[in-house]
Amino acid sequence: MAANAPALTFFALFLPFLASVLAPVLTRLLGDRAAFVLALAPALAFAHFCTFLPEIAAGEVVTGGYAWAPSFNLSFSWFLDGLSLTFALLITGIGALIVVYSGGYMKGHEGQGRFMAFILAFMGAMLGLVVSDSFLMLFVYWELTSITSFLLIGFDHEREAARRAALQALVVTGGGGLCLLAGLVFLWNITGVTQLSLLVHLGDGLRQSPFYLATLLLVLAGAFTKSAQFPFHFWLPNAMEAPTPVSAYLHSATMVKAGVYLLMRLNPVMGDTPAWVILLPFFGGITLIAGTFLAVRQTDLKLMLAYTTMASLGLLVMLTGFGSAHAVEAAVLYLVAHSLFKGALFMVAGTVDHEAGTRDVTKLGGLRAAMPVTFGAALLAALSMGGLPLFFGFLAKEEIYAALAAGNPRAVFFTGLAVIGNALMFAIAFAVALKPFLGPHVETPKHAHEGPMTLWLGPVVLSVLGLAAALFSGVAHRYISSPMASAITDEKIVIDISTVPHLGLPLLLSVITVLLGALAFWRLTDLRAFMVRAVESLGPGPDRGFDHVVSGLVRLSAAVTRFVQPGRLEIYITATFILLAVTLLVPPFVFGELPVMPAWPEQLLVQEAAFFAIAVIGLFAVLRAKDRLTAIVSLGIQGFAVAVIFLLFGAPDLSFTQFMVETLSVVILALVMTRLRLTPRDHRPLGQSLFDGMVAVACGLGFTLLLLKSTQAPFDTVLTDFFNTYSKTVAHGANVVNVIIVDFRGTDTLGEIAVVMVTALAVLALIRVRAGKRAGSGEGR
Amino acid sequence: MNTLILRTVAPSLTALMLLFSVFVLLRGHNEPGGGFIGGLIAASALAIYGIAFGVPSVRRAIRFHPMAIAGFGLLLATLSGALSIFFGVPFMTGLWVYPVIFDVELPLSTVMSFDIGVYLVVVGAITSIALALEQEPGSDVEGED
Repeated sequence: MAANAPALTFFALFLPFLASVLAPVLTRLLGDRAAFVLALAPALAFAHFCTFLPEIAAGEVVTGGYAWAPSFNLSFSWFLDGLSLTFALLITGIGALIVVYSGGYMKGHEGQGRFMAFILAFMGAMLGLVVSDSFLMLFVYWELTSITSFLLIGFDHEREAARRAALQALVVTGGGGLCLLAGLVFLWNITGVTQLSLLVHLGDGLRQSPFYLATLLLVLAGAFTKSAQFPFHFWLPNAMEAPTPVSAYLHSATMVKAGVYLLMRLNPVMGDTPAWVILLPFFGGITLIAGTFLAVRQTDLKLMLAYTTMASLGLLVMLTGFGSAHAVEAAVLYLVAHSLFKGALFMVAGTVDHEAGTRDVTKLGGLRAAMPVTFGAALLAALSMGGLPLFFGFLAKEEIYAALAAGNPRAVFFTGLAVIGNALMFAIAFAVALKPFLGPHVETPKHAHEGPMTLWLGPVVLSVLGLAAALFSGVAHRYISSPMASAITDEKIVIDISTVPHLGLPLLLSVITVLLGALAFWRLTDLRAFMVRAVESLGPGPDRGFDHVVSGLVRLSAAVTRFVQPGRLEIYITATFILLAVTLLVPPFVFGELPVMPAWPEQLLVQEAAFFAIAVIGLFAVLRAKDRLTAIVSLGIQGFAVAVIFLLFGAPDLSFTQFMVETLSVVILALVMTRLRLTPRDHRPLGQSLFDGMVAVACGLGFTLLLLKSTQAPFDTVLTDFFNTYSKTVAHGANVVNVIIVDFRGTDTLGEIAVVMVTALAVLALIRVRAGKRAGSGEGR
Repeated sequence: MNTLILRTVAPSLTALMLLFSVFVLLRGHNEPGGGFIGGLIAASALAIYGIAFGVPSVRRAIRFHPMAIAGFGLLLATLSGALSIFFGVPFMTGLWVYPVIFDVELPLSTVMSFDIGVYLVVVGAITSIALALEQEPGSDVEGED
């Protein structure tokens, strides 16, 4: 690799984000043809990642990146091995096809530019997730995929169902993301490394840690929510509210596999423990069976596919949990095969919906003459999903059975699960691919005909790839499957399964699966009716539970808010200042740390005395002021006097700022007062005034004591010396105060100005709310 | 407060204060001053102009929404810090260049652009609050853009 490789990889990682920013403008200029230009971004990234294939196939890993905060081991760095490269190729490759497909699918939609921007941003996030080396980067990208997924599911934001589904996906996957963050912090604390590339070679240290189980549970919470494992699966079917390209891309081929990716990534250091081999296959198996059972119940093409996706994810988690070389090989093959055939089938479902106007399988039929290309693609994809010979899905299924059929009772149990799951997926694959196209012609809402090239290109390419990868399995294994399996187990694995069937137990199980699947397909209507009854008899599921949890949370936070924020400024201010006075006054008295009373200065300069006097006069003016405006201006007198005192004692920067702050406070306070239309006079009764005065005096006394005490302590000059020495030489500035603000402690300042900005936004919002209320109801408070 | 005297002096006063604020901003690295205080001065200048001529004139004069100015400042400050990543040094490390223009060596740095960012955030944030408050309550003509 040339020296510019890191820069190129960096660029490739940011290309989707760049395209995302440009998408709205390009769409405005070029209409739906902008998709072709935008598809260049993932296509170029795909080409770039392809150049790594020989190196990775040779067993090397590629790392690169830029330091961010080396003192905390934080970096923007990537890590390419067989696992992440395969994911990167799937994301960019399928991504390019999806962008083209979206161009056709969203044609004429007013939000097309926005849609393109969202989906490309998601692509960038997903790509970043799988190549991340640093934990923090992994987490940030992980959450970014949740956020972009939220935007895409809620794309059709005028529909209530879409908004609910988007929120649900965000809450579930975002909550899981927080668990993952905690898990990553555990990993960091246990192992002391912050990079995956170092973590995967650490060996047994993590497994022997007393915190292993806690870490595992947190990581699993992240992975299971993201990959829709039971009992967190409910968000995935609801996410089908999104436009079909989103379902094809996020909710089958890429994002939902992020959890599986994480488990595979951590397998070398966390796998093969009792907890791992029990929890993963258990939840994976439940998800597999629940997914297929729920899928059979559906008549909506997208929902059928969504539930089988959930089932497939369960299968992948189950295999990853088994952890044997065969199981990992099976997981790798199935993951790749699934991305190809499920992406294709989702796009087919979208095309049918787009052209015929419905995606209810009972209202479709006989489309084969009208849509021959789509039918062909659907058939090829279904053959792969059904796991028939000559297709990549077949290889995957053979490996699955080879991995599970180990002979012991546990293996028999999971083999049974896999056979049932695969048989039902077989039935659904053909239900999706055959029912709309075969049989007598059924009248559809729209007069169906073949979609444009943009709509069939994606399914055709993906389904043909599913065939080609199996026919040329040597090449596919050499560059994709073997390096990926080696990365997951952290030892060299060579996969050599080909599409030529070998007689043996796996083949027998395959035959049983196909026969069962064909039976289920034949009796699908009866099976569906049975499942509908069965699921209804189970009562409300976790989907309803989610609603209860959310409404409970809303009620709880409303109650807390009402208690903490009664809405009267006087109460807030009084509480704040009483607390301040207590904090300042109690410790000196309790710990006997009262300062020595200072002596009266021997010589008080005239100007100093004068300004002290002015400050005192200002204070008296505040107390004596008849109306509020006078009080505010008088307070300014005191402030200016203090500023001058700062100046006299050699703090020009401080006094300068004090001057400006005083000026602006007076201006802004005066403006607020005129806006609030308060009574010009103070309306407090005498008792109230006395109490407020006591609080004020207590605060003032507390501050005086604190300042006296701190000036009496011996002055530590370490910092002063440091800044005086290095301000000029290191930071090239003579004004130490400013150099500290913008250079030595620049990150603090960055945080502070962000706070200034947010505060201003909040103030602005408050002013507008008041203005709106007044304009709206005409009430003059 | 809208007197003839104020109306007469306000334009020159505002112009002078704005100029002075930039001066204070730029000298800040070696003499008393800096982005924070410069921003406060500029914000007061705009506040004076607003008191004299009304909010719409200020909004016309500064062209952009003050919040957009603040946002740009925050972006500028962040980018000034992030630039150091490409030079293999930690986040927020100051980078300096010394181009010679007309035989005068001009020290430029990301520290300076960071300070300019601080200046813009302070001007934008305070001006947007002040303008929103100065606006006659009830008149919702805000003249965005």
